[in-house]
Amino acid sequence: MVAECPECAAEIELAPDTIEGEIVECPDCGVELEVISLDPPQVDLAPQEEEDWGE
Amino acid sequence: MKVGMLCSRIRVEEKLLIQELRKRRVNLDIIDDRELILEIRGNGWDHDVILERCINHSRALYALRILNDWGLPSVNTYDVANTCGNKLLTTSALVRAGIPTPRTCVAFTPESALQAIEEMGYPVVLKPGVGSWGRLLSKVNDREAAEAILEHKKVLGSYHHSVYYIQEYVEKHGRDIRAFVVGDETICAIYRTSPHWITNTARGGEASNCPVTDDLHELCVAAARAVGGGVVALDIFEDQDRGMLVNEINYTMEFRNSIDTTGVDIPARVVDYVLQVGREREGRA
Repeated sequence: MVAECPECAAEIELAPDTIEGEIVECPDCGVELEVISLDPPQVDLAPQEEEDWGE
Repeated sequence: MKVGMLCSRIRVEEKLLIQELRKRRVNLDIIDDRELILEIRGNGWDHDVILERCINHSRALYALRILNDWGLPSVNTYDVANTCGNKLLTTSALVRAGIPTPRTCVAFTPESALQAIEEMGYPVVLKPGVGSWGRLLSKVNDREAAEAILEHKKVLGSYHHSVYYIQEYVEKHGRDIRAFVVGDETICAIYRTSPHWITNTARGGEASNCPVTDDLHELCVAAARAVGGGVVALDIFEDQDRGMLVNEINYTMEFRNSIDTTGVDIPARVVDYVLQVGREREGRA
Protein backbone atom coordinates (compact mmCIF):
# COMPACT_ATOMS: atom_id res chain seq x y z
CA MET A 1 0.00 0.00 0.00
CA VAL A 2 1.39 3.38 -0.99
CA ALA A 3 0.06 6.73 0.21
CA GLU A 4 1.24 10.25 -0.56
CA CYS A 5 2.55 12.61 2.10
CA PRO A 6 0.34 15.76 2.09
CA GLU A 7 3.32 17.84 3.26
CA CYS A 8 6.08 16.89 0.80
CA ALA A 9 4.34 14.56 -1.68
CA ALA A 10 6.72 11.69 -0.88
CA GLU A 11 5.47 8.16 -1.49
CA ILE A 12 4.89 6.36 1.82
CA GLU A 13 4.88 2.58 1.89
CA LEU A 14 2.33 1.38 4.45
CA ALA A 15 3.01 -2.00 6.08
CA PRO A 16 0.43 -4.75 5.42
CA ASP A 17 -0.63 -4.74 9.10
CA THR A 18 -1.33 -0.99 9.14
CA ILE A 19 -4.43 0.00 11.09
CA GLU A 20 -6.73 2.93 10.29
CA GLY A 21 -5.92 5.74 12.71
CA GLU A 22 -2.29 4.64 13.07
CA ILE A 23 0.40 7.29 13.28
CA VAL A 24 3.30 7.00 10.82
CA GLU A 25 6.21 9.26 10.03
CA CYS A 26 7.02 10.50 6.55
CA PRO A 27 10.49 9.08 5.75
CA ASP A 28 11.29 12.15 3.63
CA CYS A 29 10.14 15.20 5.59
CA GLY A 30 9.63 13.58 9.03
CA VAL A 31 6.13 14.95 9.58
CA GLU A 32 3.71 12.85 11.70
CA LEU A 33 0.85 11.46 9.66
CA GLU A 34 -2.37 9.69 10.50
CA VAL A 35 -3.61 6.88 8.30
CA ILE A 36 -7.17 7.99 7.51
CA SER A 37 -8.01 5.28 4.99
CA LEU A 38 -6.63 1.89 3.93
CA ASP A 39 -8.67 1.48 0.77
CA PRO A 40 -7.55 3.64 -0.91
CA PRO A 41 -4.43 4.24 1.22
CA GLN A 42 -4.55 7.85 2.43
CA VAL A 43 -2.75 9.79 5.12
CA ASP A 44 -3.27 13.26 6.56
CA LEU A 45 -1.29 15.45 8.95
CA ALA A 46 -1.66 14.05 12.47
CA PRO A 47 -3.27 16.23 15.16
CA GLN A 48 -0.78 18.45 16.97
CA GLU A 49 0.03 18.02 20.66
CA GLU A 50 -2.44 19.74 23.00
CA GLU A 51 -2.10 20.92 26.57
CA ASP A 52 -3.86 17.92 28.12
CA TRP A 53 -2.15 15.24 26.03
CA GLY A 54 -0.21 12.62 27.86
CA GLU A 55 -0.22 9.35 29.74
CA MET B 1 -16.85 -10.89 25.02
CA LYS B 2 -17.20 -7.38 23.59
CA VAL B 3 -14.32 -5.01 24.34
CA GLY B 4 -14.51 -1.32 23.48
CA MET B 5 -11.18 0.42 23.01
CA LEU B 6 -11.51 4.16 23.38
CA CYS B 7 -8.74 6.02 21.60
CA SER B 8 -7.87 8.62 19.00
CA ARG B 9 -4.30 8.21 17.81
CA ILE B 10 -3.20 4.64 17.19
CA ARG B 11 0.32 4.80 18.57
CA VAL B 12 2.65 1.85 19.01
CA GLU B 13 0.98 1.01 22.34
CA GLU B 14 -2.55 1.01 20.91
CA LYS B 15 -1.44 -1.10 17.94
CA LEU B 16 0.14 -3.69 20.22
CA LEU B 17 -2.99 -3.79 22.38
CA ILE B 18 -5.23 -4.15 19.30
CA GLN B 19 -3.05 -7.00 17.98
CA GLU B 20 -3.19 -8.73 21.37
CA LEU B 21 -6.97 -8.32 21.69
CA ARG B 22 -7.45 -9.70 18.17
CA LYS B 23 -5.26 -12.67 19.07
CA ARG B 24 -7.67 -13.45 21.93
CA ARG B 25 -10.55 -13.43 19.43
CA VAL B 26 -12.71 -10.98 21.38
CA ASN B 27 -15.31 -8.81 19.69
CA LEU B 28 -13.21 -5.64 19.50
CA ASP B 29 -14.84 -2.27 18.90
CA ILE B 30 -12.33 0.56 18.31
CA ILE B 31 -14.03 3.80 19.32
CA ASP B 32 -12.50 7.06 18.02
CA ASP B 33 -13.02 9.71 20.69
CA ARG B 34 -13.12 12.42 18.01
CA GLU B 35 -16.38 10.96 16.72
CA LEU B 36 -17.89 10.21 20.09
CA ILE B 37 -21.31 11.53 21.10
CA LEU B 38 -22.34 10.40 24.56
CA GLU B 39 -25.96 10.71 25.61
CA ILE B 40 -25.60 11.14 29.34
CA ARG B 41 -28.81 9.24 30.10
CA GLY B 42 -27.34 6.19 28.33
CA ASN B 43 -27.39 4.98 24.77
CA GLY B 44 -27.42 1.22 24.89
CA TRP B 45 -23.78 0.28 24.60
CA ASP B 46 -23.41 -3.44 25.19
CA HIS B 47 -19.67 -3.71 25.80
CA ASP B 48 -18.45 -5.92 28.63
CA VAL B 49 -15.46 -3.69 29.29
CA ILE B 50 -13.92 -0.49 27.95
CA LEU B 51 -10.16 -0.10 27.58
CA GLU B 52 -9.45 3.61 27.74
CA ARG B 53 -6.47 4.78 25.65
CA CYS B 54 -7.33 8.43 24.91
CA ILE B 55 -4.42 10.79 24.49
CA ASN B 56 -6.46 13.77 25.77
CA HIS B 57 -6.95 13.68 29.53
CA SER B 58 -10.18 15.70 29.29
CA ARG B 59 -11.76 13.28 26.81
CA ALA B 60 -10.73 10.26 28.87
CA LEU B 61 -12.00 11.78 32.07
CA TYR B 62 -15.46 12.79 30.89
CA ALA B 63 -16.03 9.73 28.72
CA LEU B 64 -15.13 7.45 31.63
CA ARG B 65 -17.45 9.35 33.98
CA ILE B 66 -20.38 8.77 31.64
CA LEU B 67 -19.49 5.19 30.70
CA ASN B 68 -19.03 4.21 34.35
CA ASP B 69 -22.36 5.89 35.18
CA TRP B 70 -23.97 3.71 32.53
CA GLY B 71 -22.62 0.74 34.46
CA LEU B 72 -19.84 -0.16 32.02
CA PRO B 73 -16.61 -1.29 33.69
CA SER B 74 -13.45 0.28 32.35
CA VAL B 75 -9.68 0.00 32.56
CA ASN B 76 -9.02 2.37 34.14
CA THR B 77 -12.01 3.76 36.01
CA TYR B 78 -13.06 7.41 36.12
CA ASP B 79 -11.81 7.70 39.69
CA VAL B 80 -8.33 6.48 38.75
CA ALA B 81 -8.21 8.83 35.74
CA ASN B 82 -9.39 11.75 37.83
CA THR B 83 -6.77 11.16 40.52
CA CYS B 84 -3.83 10.28 38.30
CA GLY B 85 -4.58 12.91 35.67
CA ASN B 86 -4.11 15.61 38.26
CA LYS B 87 -0.77 15.79 40.07
CA LEU B 88 -2.28 17.57 43.05
CA LEU B 89 -4.93 14.88 43.54
CA THR B 90 -2.30 12.16 43.05
CA THR B 91 -0.01 13.57 45.70
CA SER B 92 -2.93 14.08 48.04
CA ALA B 93 -4.04 10.44 47.60
CA LEU B 94 -0.49 9.18 48.16
CA VAL B 95 -0.08 11.23 51.34
CA ARG B 96 -3.49 10.06 52.63
CA ALA B 97 -2.35 6.46 52.15
CA GLY B 98 1.00 7.04 53.85
CA ILE B 99 3.03 6.45 50.65
CA PRO B 100 6.40 8.25 50.67
CA THR B 101 6.35 11.08 48.15
CA PRO B 102 8.37 14.27 47.65
CA ARG B 103 7.34 17.24 49.77
CA THR B 104 4.76 19.29 47.89
CA CYS B 105 2.93 22.58 48.46
CA VAL B 106 0.03 24.15 46.64
CA ALA B 107 -0.60 27.89 46.44
CA PHE B 108 -3.11 29.97 44.52
CA THR B 109 -1.44 33.31 43.87
CA PRO B 110 2.03 34.24 42.55
CA GLU B 111 2.76 35.96 45.87
CA SER B 112 1.89 32.99 48.06
CA ALA B 113 3.63 30.66 45.58
CA LEU B 114 6.82 32.72 45.88
CA GLN B 115 6.57 32.58 49.66
CA ALA B 116 6.08 28.79 49.54
CA ILE B 117 9.09 28.40 47.23
CA GLU B 118 11.30 30.51 49.49
CA GLU B 119 10.22 28.52 52.54
CA MET B 120 10.81 25.19 50.78
CA GLY B 121 14.28 26.29 49.67
CA TYR B 122 15.92 26.18 46.24
CA PRO B 123 15.86 24.36 43.93
CA VAL B 124 12.17 23.52 43.61
CA VAL B 125 10.13 22.14 40.74
CA LEU B 126 7.00 23.87 39.48
CA LYS B 127 4.56 21.70 37.55
CA PRO B 128 1.21 22.25 35.90
CA GLY B 129 -1.47 20.20 37.69
CA VAL B 130 -2.44 18.55 34.41
CA GLY B 131 0.21 17.59 31.89
CA SER B 132 2.57 14.88 30.83
CA TRP B 133 5.82 14.01 29.11
CA GLY B 134 7.68 16.60 31.20
CA ARG B 135 5.82 19.42 29.49
CA LEU B 136 6.14 22.85 31.17
CA LEU B 137 8.09 21.52 34.15
CA SER B 138 10.36 24.17 35.62
CA LYS B 139 13.32 23.61 37.87
CA VAL B 140 13.63 26.85 39.79
CA ASN B 141 17.12 27.48 41.11
CA ASP B 142 16.80 30.94 42.64
CA ARG B 143 14.43 33.79 43.45
CA GLU B 144 14.97 35.57 40.13
CA ALA B 145 13.98 32.45 38.21
CA ALA B 146 10.98 31.92 40.52
CA GLU B 147 9.71 35.45 39.87
CA ALA B 148 10.11 35.01 36.12
CA ILE B 149 8.36 31.64 35.97
CA LEU B 150 5.50 32.81 38.18
CA GLU B 151 4.99 35.84 35.94
CA HIS B 152 5.01 33.63 32.85
CA LYS B 153 2.46 31.28 34.41
CA LYS B 154 0.21 34.22 35.20
CA VAL B 155 0.42 35.42 31.59
CA LEU B 156 -0.25 31.91 30.22
CA GLY B 157 -3.77 32.56 31.40
CA SER B 158 -5.43 29.14 31.42
CA TYR B 159 -6.97 28.55 34.81
CA HIS B 160 -4.92 25.54 35.82
CA HIS B 161 -1.72 27.61 35.65
CA SER B 162 -3.16 29.67 38.50
CA VAL B 163 -2.88 26.65 40.79
CA TYR B 164 0.78 26.47 41.74
CA TYR B 165 2.05 22.95 42.39
CA ILE B 166 5.43 23.29 44.06
CA GLN B 167 7.57 20.23 44.72
CA GLU B 168 10.93 19.87 46.40
CA TYR B 169 13.68 19.01 43.93
CA VAL B 170 14.87 15.48 44.62
CA GLU B 171 18.43 14.78 43.48
CA LYS B 172 18.09 11.55 41.55
CA HIS B 173 21.66 11.26 40.27
CA GLY B 174 20.65 10.90 36.64
CA ARG B 175 17.98 8.25 36.89
CA ASP B 176 14.54 7.39 38.18
CA ILE B 177 12.34 4.30 38.06
CA ARG B 178 9.25 3.71 35.94
CA ALA B 179 7.32 0.74 37.32
CA PHE B 180 4.27 -0.92 35.78
CA VAL B 181 1.45 -2.26 37.92
CA VAL B 182 -1.33 -4.46 36.57
CA GLY B 183 -3.91 -5.37 39.20
CA ASP B 184 -2.06 -6.62 42.26
CA GLU B 185 1.29 -7.15 40.60
CA THR B 186 4.26 -4.99 39.72
CA ILE B 187 4.90 -6.70 36.40
CA CYS B 188 8.17 -4.97 35.53
CA ALA B 189 10.17 -1.77 35.91
CA ILE B 190 12.80 0.22 34.08
CA TYR B 191 15.42 2.74 35.04
CA ARG B 192 15.20 5.93 33.01
CA THR B 193 18.64 7.47 32.74
CA SER B 194 19.43 10.93 31.45
CA PRO B 195 22.00 13.66 32.09
CA HIS B 196 19.00 16.04 32.06
CA TRP B 197 17.00 16.42 35.27
CA ILE B 198 13.87 15.42 33.29
CA THR B 199 14.30 11.70 32.65
CA ASN B 200 11.08 10.92 30.73
CA THR B 201 11.78 8.61 27.80
CA ALA B 202 9.59 11.02 25.77
CA ARG B 203 12.36 13.55 26.47
CA GLY B 204 15.28 11.31 25.65
CA GLY B 205 15.74 9.31 28.86
CA GLU B 206 17.27 5.88 28.16
CA ALA B 207 15.56 2.74 29.41
CA SER B 208 17.27 -0.19 31.12
CA ASN B 209 15.83 -3.06 33.14
CA CYS B 210 15.17 -2.45 36.83
CA PRO B 211 14.74 -5.62 38.89
CA VAL B 212 11.43 -5.71 40.77
CA THR B 213 12.50 -6.25 44.36
CA ASP B 214 9.99 -7.09 47.11
CA ASP B 215 10.27 -3.51 48.41
CA LEU B 216 9.62 -2.00 44.99
CA HIS B 217 6.71 -4.37 44.35
CA GLU B 218 5.05 -3.63 47.68
CA LEU B 219 5.49 0.14 47.36
CA CYS B 220 4.10 0.17 43.82
CA VAL B 221 1.07 -1.95 44.61
CA ALA B 222 0.28 0.15 47.71
CA ALA B 223 0.63 3.35 45.68
CA ALA B 224 -1.52 1.95 42.87
CA ARG B 225 -4.21 1.02 45.39
CA ALA B 226 -4.03 4.53 46.84
CA VAL B 227 -5.15 5.96 43.49
CA GLY B 228 -7.77 3.27 42.83
CA GLY B 229 -5.78 0.42 41.25
CA GLY B 230 -6.00 -1.03 37.76
CA VAL B 231 -3.27 -0.59 35.15
CA VAL B 232 -0.88 2.21 36.06
CA ALA B 233 2.72 3.28 35.64
CA LEU B 234 4.55 4.89 38.53
CA ASP B 235 7.49 7.29 38.50
CA ILE B 236 9.74 6.75 41.49
CA PHE B 237 12.75 8.64 42.80
CA GLU B 238 15.49 6.98 44.84
CA ASP B 239 16.37 9.42 47.62
CA GLN B 240 19.65 8.82 49.40
CA ASP B 241 18.15 9.30 52.88
CA ARG B 242 14.46 8.47 52.52
CA GLY B 243 14.61 5.61 50.02
CA MET B 244 12.01 5.33 47.29
CA LEU B 245 9.57 8.21 46.80
CA VAL B 246 6.57 7.91 44.51
CA ASN B 247 6.49 10.99 42.32
CA GLU B 248 3.66 10.54 39.81
CA ILE B 249 1.27 7.85 38.58
CA ASN B 250 0.08 7.56 34.98
CA TYR B 251 -3.24 5.96 34.08
CA THR B 252 -2.88 5.60 30.27
CA MET B 253 0.63 4.30 30.38
CA GLU B 254 3.07 4.22 27.52
CA PHE B 255 5.25 1.15 27.43
CA ARG B 256 6.86 0.83 24.00
CA ASN B 257 10.38 1.26 25.43
CA SER B 258 9.85 -1.24 28.23
CA ILE B 259 8.85 -4.50 26.52
CA ASP B 260 12.22 -5.51 25.08
CA THR B 261 14.04 -3.84 27.99
CA THR B 262 12.26 -5.93 30.62
CA GLY B 263 11.37 -9.02 28.59
CA VAL B 264 7.79 -8.73 29.85
CA ASP B 265 4.93 -8.84 27.36
CA ILE B 266 3.22 -5.75 28.75
CA PRO B 267 0.33 -5.59 26.24
CA ALA B 268 -0.49 -9.26 26.94
CA ARG B 269 -0.56 -8.58 30.69
CA VAL B 270 -2.79 -5.53 30.20
CA VAL B 271 -5.16 -7.51 27.99
CA ASP B 272 -5.27 -10.35 30.57
CA TYR B 273 -6.43 -7.81 33.12
CA VAL B 274 -8.96 -6.15 30.79
CA LEU B 275 -10.50 -9.53 29.97
CA GLN B 276 -10.63 -10.41 33.67
CA VAL B 277 -12.60 -7.20 34.34
CA GLY B 278 -14.87 -8.03 31.39
CA ARG B 279 -15.46 -11.57 32.66
CA GLU B 280 -16.47 -10.22 36.05
CA ARG B 281 -19.17 -8.16 34.31
CA GLU B 282 -20.25 -11.13 32.20
CA GLY B 283 -20.57 -13.10 35.42
CA ARG B 284 -22.79 -10.40 36.93
CA ALA B 285 -24.98 -10.01 33.81
